[in-house]
Amino acid sequence: MASMIDIKRRRESVTSTQQITKAMKLVSTVKLQKARTRAEQSQPYFDKMYATVTSILQKSGNIKHPYLTANGSEKKAVIMVSSNRGLAGGYNNNVAKLLTESDFKKEDVEIYGVGHKAMEVLARKNYKIVADHSNMIEEPNYGDALKLGREVLDRYAAGEIGEIYLAYTNFKNTVVHIPKLVKLLPVEIDETKLEEEKSKVPMNYEPEAEESLDMIIPKYVCSLIYGAFVESHASENGARMQAMDSATSNAEDMIAALSLAYNRARQGAITQELTEIISGAEALN
Amino acid sequence: MAEKQFKLEIISPDRSFYSGAATMLEYRTTEGEVGIYADHVPMTQIVAPGIMTITEADGEQKKAALMSGFVEILPEKITILAETVEWPEEIDKNRAQAAKERAEDRLRSGGGSIDTARAELALKRALIRLSF
Repeated sequence: MASMIDIKRRRESVTSTQQITKAMKLVSTVKLQKARTRAEQSQPYFDKMYATVTSILQKSGNIKHPYLTANGSEKKAVIMVSSNRGLAGGYNNNVAKLLTESDFKKEDVEIYGVGHKAMEVLARKNYKIVADHSNMIEEPNYGDALKLGREVLDRYAAGEIGEIYLAYTNFKNTVVHIPKLVKLLPVEIDETKLEEEKSKVPMNYEPEAEESLDMIIPKYVCSLIYGAFVESHASENGARMQAMDSATSNAEDMIAALSLAYNRARQGAITQELTEIISGAEALN
Repeated sequence: MAEKQFKLEIISPDRSFYSGAATMLEYRTTEGEVGIYADHVPMTQIVAPGIMTITEADGEQKKAALMSGFVEILPEKITILAETVEWPEEIDKNRAQAAKERAEDRLRSGGGSIDTARAELALKRALIRLSF
């Protein structure tokens, strides 16, 4: 049996770790609340954006537009949204896994990293990282998303990359976060959804639909990137809150077990001492 | 005279900017200045930087700086997806002034055509912000 002093030390160390995890849990709860409000506030914008883009595409039918058809380049740009800090359970790894477990050829992939953690995982696996925008995830704002969006769109327009993907974590609710890999360009729309919308009023465009596409698609891409930022941010804090919650309760279990062991050891020591004194006294008689 | 109202919703990526009933809406599109009443034909337009004026049901006018985005017009409802939109009191005049000077400098010094186009746009935005 471990000595009393060892058990005591161990218990103290677990207690102070628990204090830290507890504090981290509280901090991420507050941050989650903020991030969640932000995600909810931006939701209507994305819904509307998606609806508008699909309805334009549906109306414009089979037009040839650089944003809709492949430009021949094999390169795939992947915007990888994770976080700059760990201790969030599987959050960062799950995003990185989207790519490592996909059927993309490693040499075709170019990573635009937003958040150190997933980037580190991918760098270890020899993926090519072309840009690091990790500061953007600290406090997601639309200006940053716009900047990143322009960067990839420029390269797409120049024909350096053929496809743009976005890897992020979808925030379903506080406990459910789903890592997702979506294709931004060329735009692919869900055929089944198109059928449902056909009955709606015919829409006019000013300028013409093709020209509008030129201006709307970049906004669409940027808004999806921003959406990925806010949802990932919320998911990160949600994941950390969960991880820290289970760490805190694990620490509690450990403290209980250690306290029990400590008390037993103490009782054992007292009993032994008594036995020694009594047998010593008996020997004198 | 009671004019016909339509529902107006202005949303930007980080908030719902405006939601309510209005009788007229004026703003600038890539094709020029427009004013929209209720029962307009369904239309989608691209926004150019300009001043937006909302005329509410009671005749009160509200102005805001609408920089970019697009507008979806339906007979009963208008939705603006605005990337950048600000009420006059939210505008940071100092920042706009600085942006104006920066853009003017860039235009004077010349440079590539993309830079010029961007600087012109930035100047336009700064001037709109300063006009309030």
